[in-house]
Amino acid sequence: MAGVAREWREIPGRYNLKGTKCGNCGKLFFPARSFCPNCRRASMGKMEDHDICRTGKVFTFSVVHEAPEANNLQKPYVVAMVQTDDGVMVTAQLVDVEFDKVQIGMPVRAVLRKLSTDGESGVIRYGYKFVPNE
Amino acid sequence: MREVAIIGIGVTKFGELWNKSFRALGIEAGAKAIEDANLSGSEIDGVFIGNLSAGRFINQQHIDALVADYTGMASRHIPATRVEAGGASGGVAFRQGVMAVASGMHDIVMVGGAEKMTDLDDASINSVMDATADSEWEAEMGATFASLHAMIAQRMIYEGTATREEIASVAVNSHFHGAFNPNAQFKKAVPIETVLRSGPVATPLGMFDTAPISDGAASVVLCPLEDAKKYTDNYVKVAASAQASDTLALFQRPDITSYGATVAASQKAYELAGITAADINVAEVHDVYSVGGIMALQDLGFYKKGEAGKAMLEGQCHFDSGKVAINTSGGLKARGHPIGATGVAQIVEIAHQLRGTADNRQVKDAKYGLAQNVGGTGSAVTVSILEAI
Amino acid sequence: MDVGIVSYGAYVPRYRIKPEEIGRIWGVDGKGMGKGLMINQKSVPSPDEDVVTIATEAARNMMARVPEVDPRDIGAMYVGSESHPYAVKPTSTIVAEAIEATPNMTAADMEFACKAGTAGIQVCMGLVGSGMVKYGVAIGADTSQGAPGDALEYSASAGGAAYLIGSEKIIAKINKTLSFTTDTPDFWRREGQPYPKHGGRFTGEPAYFRHITSAAKMMLEAMGTKPEDYNYAVFHQPNGKFPTRVAAQLGFTPEQIQYGLLTPEIGNTYSGAVPLGLANVLDHAKPGDRIFVTSYGSGAGSDAFDITVTDEINNYKRDKAPVLEKILADPIYLDYGTYAKFKGKIVLPE
Repeated sequence: MAGVAREWREIPGRYNLKGTKCGNCGKLFFPARSFCPNCRRASMGKMEDHDICRTGKVFTFSVVHEAPEANNLQKPYVVAMVQTDDGVMVTAQLVDVEFDKVQIGMPVRAVLRKLSTDGESGVIRYGYKFVPNE
Repeated sequence: MREVAIIGIGVTKFGELWNKSFRALGIEAGAKAIEDANLSGSEIDGVFIGNLSAGRFINQQHIDALVADYTGMASRHIPATRVEAGGASGGVAFRQGVMAVASGMHDIVMVGGAEKMTDLDDASINSVMDATADSEWEAEMGATFASLHAMIAQRMIYEGTATREEIASVAVNSHFHGAFNPNAQFKKAVPIETVLRSGPVATPLGMFDTAPISDGAASVVLCPLEDAKKYTDNYVKVAASAQASDTLALFQRPDITSYGATVAASQKAYELAGITAADINVAEVHDVYSVGGIMALQDLGFYKKGEAGKAMLEGQCHFDSGKVAINTSGGLKARGHPIGATGVAQIVEIAHQLRGTADNRQVKDAKYGLAQNVGGTGSAVTVSILEAI
Repeated sequence: MDVGIVSYGAYVPRYRIKPEEIGRIWGVDGKGMGKGLMINQKSVPSPDEDVVTIATEAARNMMARVPEVDPRDIGAMYVGSESHPYAVKPTSTIVAEAIEATPNMTAADMEFACKAGTAGIQVCMGLVGSGMVKYGVAIGADTSQGAPGDALEYSASAGGAAYLIGSEKIIAKINKTLSFTTDTPDFWRREGQPYPKHGGRFTGEPAYFRHITSAAKMMLEAMGTKPEDYNYAVFHQPNGKFPTRVAAQLGFTPEQIQYGLLTPEIGNTYSGAVPLGLANVLDHAKPGDRIFVTSYGSGAGSDAFDITVTDEINNYKRDKAPVLEKILADPIYLDYGTYAKFKGKIVLPE
């Protein structure tokens, strides 16, 4: 059985898209970083918590047919790179959508869904997925 | 800094090698390379091994020790180093070997790459590959390794850089060459319809756009260029060995249809070798998914953006086309992809081509050859240029 | 001090199955079953949905409508359900984290069959009214299971609604709440069992009808009101028939219960049923509207509420989250096989 600490630590990012903003150059990052890759030393101690916008548009996508066991009940499923309205890119599943309606450019928004479970008796992992945002 | 030569090469068959253990494979390739170099084996003073994940595939860490032991190095306490960089493990191990000889710290180095994948079940194997992407923010989110490449392909098609057929033709080209390589996992040419109609893996990519799961090993022996003649007449020069890093996750890149690390590494490599892309006669590129082949042709500077697909589709990458030949070994798709071995196997193929020992897939008068080896979705890229002497 | 609803939010999964499709599999006149129950279709949760995700979506919709409320001022959260994902590990803490209300707060999960959500509202009223917390959140949500081939399979559905209870800027004042509670074993599920059991016709008169009518009559007497004094009424709705009948018995009209009766369109969302019915009423309510609510939970009990919509509802940013009409607008219909797969009724390999 996997340990629980690793996923617990990521809850702010997983549930609430908590990212960071570099206090030096203003760039936004998701997932959160403790160090700006552009500013490097100048960013130390200056990284601020930042809520990444939960709406965005599909930048690219794929319908996954060969899926890991965690997603067996929903395959094939759509995975997409979404560009949030903040200009930040995230990768997540796109759900509650008919495949022939998925298009690059379609507006979507983040929701909380089950990502996987550790078997029948282990912990349930929750995280963001996206749904169409008409 | 000394110039470096490759004096011996060796490779096993690639495939589902049920009867061969990891130990057996590593030795087989190494023994062939030593023999090819006319060495006894006791001359080796350093070993570098590229291996992605023996820890997960065969539950064995400390691969450096295993290889040193079973190749007879451990009894002489020769230093051995295992290198991991996703799919670029072999290429990075090669560069480590080149640096060891070039720096003067070592005189005769063996570089090996080996992977034993088929001892694990398919689902677990895929999960190891998924872990070469961003485990927390791509794989855990449901983005399989295949789907990341599929998303690149989807975007490429959307932007008009390549069509679905052009992308598929990378696999056709690889299989065309695999038919000429006795060590290839798949030795049969396939028509493009087979690729286009193959079962979907992650749209738009299907089974035939995907490199197989393989066992295998490859090995080369390196020494200073000035000493090569002592051992063999059949040596090639390492004209350049370059490496570049990039973000772990694909979604953190400014442009997902080009691997910035390939561009950076190849520019450095051309500069070190004193040549340009136009001088390359034969290249091994990393077609773990067919779309990677199109990206490589563009990022390495062989073709302008939007033109690589057309050239591939029209058969201009064949060994006998007169243009830069791509994946004469069969590439990852047809030759096979035992992950840690691939980068070194690419070097072996280029060396064959430059030595004139590439049998009936020989590129005529090949003078410069290039090997591009990629980790993750372009998170690490090595570009090596070899020169015929 | 006045205590009431500061904000509310709702969520129903997008998938549906029709009774005729269920009946087709079991060799039963499904359409007839649906007619008898007054259920046209029911909602089905996607495999990646559960009470946590449904409650979170409802709670996020609730918070979106009050952007001036700092979630850290929420002092309590209670999620009521009979299908909590864990038997031990509260849904409430996960939802609280997902709306960033943690850590300075209390939380606990509730269970009282279909009235766990309204029970939570009562607790929040006490905490707010006594000055112990500034805001409390009560959520009723379920992904209830109906045993294959059983009558409940036609009605057991998924959905939930969340309520922010406070004393400032309330959009609907809760004038009074009271309950009628007895030990009545009409419907139950033992620990570890996948499907509930019920007492057949015993679930009617001695259970649903007795408790709702008792609580409702107690409320009318306590408030000195008659059914015609209310604009809307919301009753628990395990099907479309029971609430229609109990409303008539008490003297409420079909028009009064119309907005609050969602079961015909989405099935019985159990702990979500009355919270969702009330949410649909609030989607349409105007200042001064008076709402009569009586929930029912098997086991058994009824919570009654007398509610008056305030002028504050004119300032309420309802449009910052989708209203139920929009949430229910574009469903996706499933065949029974997909439904069974989604609901975990198929034995999967290890």
